Amino acid sequence: MADGMSEKVSITIDNQAIEVDPDKNLLEEVLSAGLDLPYFCWHPSMDSVGSCRQCAMTEYADEEDQHGRLIMACMSSPRDGARYSLQAAADFRAEIIEGMMISHPHDCAVCEEGGECHLQDMTVMSGHTYRRYDGTKVTHRNQNLGPFIGHEMNRCITCYRCVRFYRDYAGGTDLGAQASHHHVYFGRYDDGPLESEFSGNLAEVCPTGVFTDKVFSKHYSRKWDLQTSPSICAGCSIGCNINPGERYGTLRRVVNRYNDEVNGYFICDRGRFGTGYVNDDAVRIRQSMTRSSQDADPVLVSNADALQQLQDMSGAIGIGSPRASMEANFALREKVGKANFYAGLSQQEFAILQQILSIYQDTPAHIASLKDVEASDAVLILGEDLTNTAARMALAVRQSVRHRSFEKAAEQKIPLWHDAAVRKLAMDERSPLYILSPHATRLDDVSETTHICNAGQAARIAAAVASRFDKEVLAPEKLDKAEQALVKRITASFKGARQPLIIAGSNSMSLPLVQSAANLAQALYQKNELTQLALVGSEANGLGLMLLMEDSQQDLQQAFATGTQSAIVVENDLYRRAPTAEVDHFIAGLEQLAVIDNIKTRTGEQAHLVCASATFAESSGTFVNYEGRAQHYYATFKPVDSILPATRWLAPETSLATLTQACSQTLANCAGMADLTPGQDYHYAGLLVPRQQFRYSGRTAMRANKNVHEPKQEQDPDGIMSYSMEGVSPLKEARVFNTPWAPGWNSNQSVFKFQDEVGGHLKQSSIGVRLLDKRNSAEEGGYIALDSSEKNTAFPLYHLFGSEELSAQSQAIQARATSAYVAMNPADADRLGFNAGGGVTVQGNGVVPLLLRDSIATGSVGISVGLPGLNVHDVLPDVSLEPAPQWQAPPQWQPDNIIVSDRLHKLHEQEGD
Amino acid sequence: MSEMIATTKKQSRQLSAEEIREIEHEKTHYPYTQAVGLEALKIVQKHQGWVSDESLLAVAEYLDIPVADLEGVATFFNMIFRRPVGKNVICLCDSVACWMLGCDDLKAQITSRLGIEYGETTEDGEFTLLPVPCLGACDKAPVLMVGRETHRHVDPENLDQLLNELQRENTKSKKTM
Ligand code: SF4
Ligand code: SF4
Ligand code: FES
Ligand code: FES
Repeated sequence: MADGMSEKVSITIDNQAIEVDPDKNLLEEVLSAGLDLPYFCWHPSMDSVGSCRQCAMTEYADEEDQHGRLIMACMSSPRDGARYSLQAAADFRAEIIEGMMISHPHDCAVCEEGGECHLQDMTVMSGHTYRRYDGTKVTHRNQNLGPFIGHEMNRCITCYRCVRFYRDYAGGTDLGAQASHHHVYFGRYDDGPLESEFSGNLAEVCPTGVFTDKVFSKHYSRKWDLQTSPSICAGCSIGCNINPGERYGTLRRVVNRYNDEVNGYFICDRGRFGTGYVNDDAVRIRQSMTRSSQDADPVLVSNADALQQLQDMSGAIGIGSPRASMEANFALREKVGKANFYAGLSQQEFAILQQILSIYQDTPAHIASLKDVEASDAVLILGEDLTNTAARMALAVRQSVRHRSFEKAAEQKIPLWHDAAVRKLAMDERSPLYILSPHATRLDDVSETTHICNAGQAARIAAAVASRFDKEVLAPEKLDKAEQALVKRITASFKGARQPLIIAGSNSMSLPLVQSAANLAQALYQKNELTQLALVGSEANGLGLMLLMEDSQQDLQQAFATGTQSAIVVENDLYRRAPTAEVDHFIAGLEQLAVIDNIKTRTGEQAHLVCASATFAESSGTFVNYEGRAQHYYATFKPVDSILPATRWLAPETSLATLTQACSQTLANCAGMADLTPGQDYHYAGLLVPRQQFRYSGRTAMRANKNVHEPKQEQDPDGIMSYSMEGVSPLKEARVFNTPWAPGWNSNQSVFKFQDEVGGHLKQSSIGVRLLDKRNSAEEGGYIALDSSEKNTAFPLYHLFGSEELSAQSQAIQARATSAYVAMNPADADRLGFNAGGGVTVQGNGVVPLLLRDSIATGSVGISVGLPGLNVHDVLPDVSLEPAPQWQAPPQWQPDNIIVSDRLHKLHEQEGD
Repeated sequence: MSEMIATTKKQSRQLSAEEIREIEHEKTHYPYTQAVGLEALKIVQKHQGWVSDESLLAVAEYLDIPVADLEGVATFFNMIFRRPVGKNVICLCDSVACWMLGCDDLKAQITSRLGIEYGETTEDGEFTLLPVPCLGACDKAPVLMVGRETHRHVDPENLDQLLNELQRENTKSKKTM
C-alpha cells in the first residue's frame, strides 16, 4: 500500500538475517522472504486487522533477552536490527489453532474446501494434530444465499475476512458479522441472494469451507482432480485472468488467476458464474450441420464435409466478432481477404471503438491498467455504468477513493497496512470520485458527486473542465449554475490530485463523450504528466478486432450494403448488432451463409452451414483488453471431436502459434503479440507444461466404465501445454502460470510463492503485452472536434447479469437476470402520458415493462441492452414508444427485486409513495 | 428466473411517534446515523419489550443503515432481546462469587416455582429467566436483577417474597387493563 520506497532494514529471524521494508508489516516480509508463517485474517489486498492471533512470532528486546515477547507479525512493523523467532512461538500458534478449531466440524471429507483449504494447511503447519476438547460444539443454521454462494457456518473460524472483503473492500451492505463470543455468525440478515456483484470472491477469501461456490458444489471435483489452464475471462473488455477447471469433459468452475496489473486477487460474479453455457447442450452447437434453405431442418454433417463446404465458399465476405480471438478473426480475414473482411460491429460501436483506438495512439496520457486505476486519487467517470459493463474496474475505482485515508494515516504516522485504524481514521472522507451518468450507479455510495445527466451534457461538462486546464479547448455553453459549480469542484480536485484519471467507454454509446474524455485527458496532461485515461469496451476482444481492421472502415452496415450472396460469420450473432429488419434483409439475400459458432444463435438458425466451434475453455487464443493488453488464453480441455476451434475451421492447416505470429508480423501495433507465448525453446527437456496436477486421480480408471483400455493422452496441437499430468509443472518455470500450488500451501494463498514479493509481480509469468504503449510519446494529436450530431433521446442500461451474450446463457446467471424493460423519469412519464407500472410498446419489439425511476435523467429514456425481449438497435437512436396500459406483469417479473445500477429496490419505495 | 433478489421478504412496521421522537433526539448526539443504531434499538425495546424483525427493519429504514449492520449490533448485545421476553426478565448472576454462595440453588428454586429454565419464558408471558455474568456486586452475592432493580444477598426466603410481589403486581396490572 505504501507509495514511496523506504530504505530496507535488516532483522534476524531465528538467526537468519533478512532485509525487509519497514513500511510493510512483519508477516508480509516473512512470507516475502519465502518463510512459512500461518495466518488467517491478513490478506495481501486487505491488509491487517490482527483478529485471528495466528501469526504470532517472538520478538527479543536486545541481544541479552532470552525470553522475548509474543507479537502478532501482521500487526508489527519490522524494527531495524531486531531479533525475532518463528520457532519460539510455535506452541502458542498451535494452541491458537486448537482454540479456533473447538467448534469446527472437521468434515473435510465432505467439505468443498477440502484439498485447497487454508485452514487445513495452517493447521498442519502449526503442528496442532490432536483436539483435546470433547464437549458439545456450537452449531449454526445456514442461509440460502442465492444461486452463487453456499453457506456452512459451522466451519467458521471467525477471521472476519468475509465481511472485510464484502463490506470494506467491495462495498456490499447485506453481509454482516452478528452475535458475539463463541457464536459469532457471518451471514445476511435473512435468507436471500448476496447482492454484491463480487460475492463469488468470498469462496476464495474465506480460508475455510463456510462460503463456497454453489455452482461448483452441484457438480463437484477436488482441486487436484481438475484439469486447468491459464485463461482469460471472456465476459467483458477487462480481460481478468482466470483459471477454469474441468473434469470428465465438463467445465466445473472458474477461479481467479493472479495478475497484479489486471485483476489482482478478485474477479466479478459474471466471470466466475457465467460459464455454465459451455456445458449446456441446449445452448451449445456440438456438431456441424447444413440446411438446404434458410428455413429447412438442419442435417448433421461430418467435420470433413463441413470443412469442404467452407473451402468451397469462394468470393464470400467475412464477418468477424469482438467475442472471437485475434487468431480466429485473423484467420477469417486471411481466408476472405482483407478487402472482404467486415468487423461485425454496429456502425456506432465501430465508430466509437475506432475512435478509442486512435485516441490511445495519440493521447499523451497514460492508458490506465486496473492497477493504475486503483492508484489514482481523483477520478471522473463519464457515462459508463462500470459495475455493469466492466465490473472489475468498478472494484478498482472503489479502492481509489481510499487515497485520502492513506494520506490521513501517514500524517498520523499510522502504518498503512493497519486496515482497521486507517479506515476508522478516515470514516467517510474519501478521495474525489465524480460520476456523470444518465442514471444512479452502484458506485454512488463512494462518489463525491453523481451528477445525473445525458451523455451530451456530460461531454459538455468534461469540455468545460478541460477548458480550465487549456485555453485551447473552448468552454461550452449551456451549463446551468449547478453544472458550473460541479465543473469548479472537478477542476479543483484534479488540480490537487497526484494522479488524476478519466474513465469513459463505448457502452455509453456516445461518441462525443469518448472524444471529450480524451480531450480532457490531453488538457490535464499539460498540467500533470501522471494523467490517466481508461476507455472501456463491451466485449473481450473489441479493441483487438479494431486492431485487425487497421485502416478499414468496414462495419456491419457496410457488409449489409455489399449485396453479397455469400458470407462467413465467425462467433457473432448479427441480431445483437443491428436492427432486426436489416439483418433479416441481409440474410434473406444470401445464397450461402456459413456461421462458425459455439452457441446457437438466431443468425446460426438460418445458416446454410453451421460449424461447431470451441469456447474459450476448449481452445486457445489471444484477446486484447480495453487497455490494449494482449493476453493469451490456453484451452482448459479438449472438446468432443466434432467441435473444432474457429481457427481450425478457417485455417485447417495452420497452427495457432503460426496465426499468433502472423498477427504480430502483419498487423500494425501488434508486434508485441510475438512475445505472448513462449516459443518451442521453452520446453524443458522437451516436456510440455501439464494441465493436470501430479495428484490427478483416476487417470487409468476414470473411463473404465466405458472401456478398460486407457485412452491415449489427448494431444494439443496448439500449444505448449499437455492434457496430462506429465511435464514440468509451473513451479519450475512460471511463465505459463497454471494453478498455484506449493508444498504445504494447497489453497490459492500459495500464489505468494510465485510473486517477487507478497502482492507483487509474478516472478516469470506473462501478464500480457500492452500493444499500444508508446515507444516515443513525442508527437501528440490535437484536440478532437466533438461530434455534435448526437441526439441523446435514449441511453442504454446494462446488467452485469444478463447483458452479455455468453454468460447470459448460463443458468446461474439467469437466476439473477431479468428480461427487457424501458425506464424513464416519472416526470417524463407524466408529461408523455405513460402510467406507472404499465408497459410500453417498443417499435418492432412488442411490449416490455416500463420502470419509473427518479434517478433517471429527464428528457431521455433508458433501454435495457441484451436482455431477452428487446433489440436495442431497433430502438436507438430514434426511440419511439407507445403506452401499453393493458400490459400485465408476468408473475416472475419483480422490478423491485432486480439488482441494477439504480438500486431498484430502494427507488421502488419512493415510487410507492 | 428461479431465485430472485429479495433484500428480505419481511416487512417493517411503523415506528410510533414517541419512538421517532426519542430516536430523533439521540440523533443530535452523534455525527453518523450508524452510531444511533444501538440507542434506537434500546428505545424500541423500551417501548415494545423486545426487538422484533419488523422493528429491526423499521429502525434500519428510518436511520437508512443496512439491516445487516443493525442486526450485527442487535445480536452483539445480549440485553437487546431479539425474541419476546416476559414482562419481568430475571437476570441471575452465575459467576464465581454468586456460584460459591449458592446461585445454583436459587436457579433451582425459580425453575421449580415458575417452571422455566434459563432462556425460557413462562407461558403467561410474565417471567423470563436468564443467566448473566458478574453484576459487579460480588460482596453482596448472590445477586440477581429484575428490570433495572438489583437484588443483593438473595436467599430462598427473600426470593420467594420477591416473586410473590412480582406476581401480585402482574395480576394487579392485568386487572387494571
Ligand atoms: S466465514 Fe470464513 S471468512 Fe468469514 S469469518 Fe468465518 S472463516 Fe473467516
Ligand atoms: S466479466 Fe469482466 S470484470 Fe468480470 S471477471 Fe470477466 S473480465 Fe473481469
Ligand atoms: S494474520 Fe495476524 S492476527 Fe490474523
Ligand atoms: S459474581 Fe455475581 S455479582 Fe459478581
